[in-house]
Amino acid sequence: MKAGAPRAQTSPLDSVNTIIEGLAKAGYIASRRIATALYMAAHLEKPILVEGTAGVGKTELAIASAALLELPLIRLQCYEGLDESKALYEWKYGKQLLYTQILKDHMGPTLAGAPDLESAMERLHGVGDLFFSETFLEARPLLTALRQEGGAVLLIDEIDKSDEAFEAFLLEALSAYQVSIPEIGVIKAKTPPIVFLTSNNVRDLGDALKRRCLHLHIPLPDQRLEERIVAARVPGIEDRLRRSLVAFVQAVRTMDLRKLPSISETVDWARVLVLLNVESLDADLVRETLNVLLKFEQDVTAVEARIPEMLSRQAQA
Amino acid sequence: MQRALEDFLRALRASEVPVSPAEAIDAHRAIAEVGFADRTLLKDSLVVTLAKSAEEAERFDACFDTFFARDEFPGGSAPAAGPDVPTPAGDLARMLLEEDAVGLAGAMEAAAARAGVSEIQTGAQRSLLTRRMLDGMGLRELESLINTLRAAGGRDEEVAAALTERRGALFAQARAFVDRQAELYAAQTGRQLRERLLARRKLTAVEPEDFRAMEALVRKMAKRLAKRYARRRHRAMKGRLDVRKTVRKSLGYGGVPFDIVWKRRTVEKPKIAVLCDVSRSVAAAAQFLLLFLYSLNEVVERLDAFAFSDRLVSVNDLLDDEKVDDAIELILARIGFRPTDYGQALADFCALQEAALDHRTTVIILGDGRSNYANPRLDLMRRIEDRSRAVIWLNPEPLTYWGQGDSKMDAYRRFCHVAKSCNTLEQLERIIEDVLRTYTPA
Repeated sequence: MKAGAPRAQTSPLDSVNTIIEGLAKAGYIASRRIATALYMAAHLEKPILVEGTAGVGKTELAIASAALLELPLIRLQCYEGLDESKALYEWKYGKQLLYTQILKDHMGPTLAGAPDLESAMERLHGVGDLFFSETFLEARPLLTALRQEGGAVLLIDEIDKSDEAFEAFLLEALSAYQVSIPEIGVIKAKTPPIVFLTSNNVRDLGDALKRRCLHLHIPLPDQRLEERIVAARVPGIEDRLRRSLVAFVQAVRTMDLRKLPSISETVDWARVLVLLNVESLDADLVRETLNVLLKFEQDVTAVEARIPEMLSRQAQA
Repeated sequence: MQRALEDFLRALRASEVPVSPAEAIDAHRAIAEVGFADRTLLKDSLVVTLAKSAEEAERFDACFDTFFARDEFPGGSAPAAGPDVPTPAGDLARMLLEEDAVGLAGAMEAAAARAGVSEIQTGAQRSLLTRRMLDGMGLRELESLINTLRAAGGRDEEVAAALTERRGALFAQARAFVDRQAELYAAQTGRQLRERLLARRKLTAVEPEDFRAMEALVRKMAKRLAKRYARRRHRAMKGRLDVRKTVRKSLGYGGVPFDIVWKRRTVEKPKIAVLCDVSRSVAAAAQFLLLFLYSLNEVVERLDAFAFSDRLVSVNDLLDDEKVDDAIELILARIGFRPTDYGQALADFCALQEAALDHRTTVIILGDGRSNYANPRLDLMRRIEDRSRAVIWLNPEPLTYWGQGDSKMDAYRRFCHVAKSCNTLEQLERIIEDVLRTYTPA
C-alpha cells in the first residue's frame, strides 16, 4: 500500500490499518470501509457525509476520530431555522456600542488641534478602525473550527434538519475551508479541520453539497462486527451471553418492524442485561427488557409473539 | 491505468452512478493516494469518492466487481508440441501452443480496445464484436495456418489438432469477455430504452412480464413528482417586511423598530381527493392507476383516496398500512372487477367527503366514464365542481370513444376543469404534474 505524503513521524492516519487500530483504542470498532473513508478524508481534505439510520454510530465516529487524532471536537447541531449568526459568527453588539461611546469621548481631544475640517477627517482616518474587527467577533462553531491552529474535528450533526439555504451557505466553508465575512474579508483555515456531516435522510440533500463530500453509508453491522462492538462497549459481558444477544438482535432485524434496533439499542440492551446479572437469555427476561431494544409499541407486540420461537431456533444453531 | 479508470467511470455512468468531471478528478486523486495494488482499498476509496447515496454505493459495488473480473486463461502445463516442431508463424498460434495466459489476456484486451468493444450499445452487437476482436488477434492467419498444417500431415497434423482445440477455448473466452462488457456498458442503455417504450405503452396493453418494470417506473415517476413539488412549497417561505406589525411591536421599545416582523405567506397544503375506477371495463389499467395512487399517497401529504366500481370506498387505510402489492390486491378483491355505477359512486363520495371539500381541494377522477346506462347523477357532479377548487378527469379511453355507447364522458366533462385522455404512464405523469402545479394552491 502506498501511503500519502511522507511524514516525519508516524501519524494515526498513515494507513487504513492504523486507523482501524486507533479507532478501536478509542472504543470505536470500524469496518474497513469506514476507516478508508476517514483515510481519504484526511488525505484528500474533503468532508465526509455520513448516512445511516439513527443509532448506527454516526456521531460516535466523529467523537472517536477526535480522540484518535487528539484534536478538539467542535459540534454544530443543525435544526430548522439555523442561520449563519448561530453557525458562523456574530458581532458582539454590546461591546461595539460601548466602543463607540469610548470613541466619542476620545474624539474631541484627538481632533481638537485640527485647523480645518479636511485635516480633521484625515486624522480620523488615521485612527485604526476597530469597530468591525476580529476583536468584536463572536466565533460560532464553524469559525471556531477554522481558527483552530492545530486543526480540529468538526461535526455538523443532522445536516438534513437544516434549511436548504444553510446548506448552500456551507458550501464555501466545506470546499475551500474558508469563510467570507463582508466587513473583514476572507478567513482561511490554517489547518483544514476534518469535517463530518451526518444525515438521517429526513430530506434529500442538494447535489452540490453531496458533490463536495465523500459519502459514507454505515449499514447495520453483521453478527461478527456487532459482537466486537458490544465487547468494546460493554466490557463486563460474558462471551456466551454476548453471542446470543447479538444473534437475537440480528434475528429481530430480519423482521418487518417500524424501527429496527440499531447498534446503540443493542449496546443499551447488553448494559441492561449485565446490570441484571443475567447469564443467558430466556423468554421471560427478553419480554421484560424488550422495551430497551424496541421503541414502538406495535414492534414490541410483533416481536413478543415470536420470542420463544426465536430463542429455540438459536438454541438449535 | 489512466485508460482503465476512464473505462470504469464510463461503466459506472452506465449503471446509473453519475460521475461528473470533478468527481473523476477526485477519483484520480484518490488513486494517486492509494494506488492499484490493494483491490479492497481501491474499491473502498473509490466508493466513498464516487457514490453519493446508499443505493449508488450498492450499484457501485456490483459494477466494480464486474468490471475487474477477469477470466483466467488455462495455462501453465507443458507445451503439447515437441521441440522439433517448427513454431508456426504468428503470435496467436505461438501463445496458444505455449499456453501463454498472460500474453493471451493482454492480446485480447488490446484487440478489444482496437475493436471498440467497450463502445457496445446493445446486446445484438455481441457476435459482431466478438468476431471483430478475434480477427484483431489474428484469427484468420491462425485458420490458414491450421489448414496448411493439416494438409502437411504427420506431426504437423497433431499440432493442427491441438491448435483447433485451443481455438475453441479462445472463442469461449472472447465471448465471455464481450458478454461482460455488454453487461457493463450496454445493460443500462437497453434498460433505458425499454423504460422509455414502457412509459409510452398503453396502460391496457402492458404484458404481464412487464409488470415489474412498470411498477418500478411508476414509483420513480411518483418520486420525481414529489421532489419537484416539495421544492415549490419551500419557496413560499420567504417574507416581506410587515410594516404594520413592526410598528406595533416597536411601541414596546419606545418607537425603535427593534423586533422586525416579516410577512409570511401562509402555505396551504393542497388537498387532493382521488377517485379511482377499478371496475371491469378498466380492469387492465386499474392496477397501474392504483399503483400510481399508492406512490402518490406516499409523497403527497393530504391525499384522500377512493376506489369505486358499483359503489365507492375509502382506501386511505389500505394505502397507508399495507405494502403496495397487498394493498392493490385487497382493494381489487374488495371492490374491483364489478360493473361500474358512476351515479352510485358519486353519491357515496358525496356522502363520505362532501363536507371536507373546499376551495383547496382538487378532485381527480381516474376512470372511463362508462356507467352501464345507470343514472349518471350529473347533479352530484355539479355539486362536487361547485365545492372544490378543480375537478380533473383522466380517462384511459381515447377522445373519440367518449360519449359512445354507455360512456357518459361527454356529459361529465362539462363539470371538469380538465378532462383528458390519458392512457400511458408518460401522459399520466405529465398531467398529474400539471395538476399539482396549476390546480393546487402555491
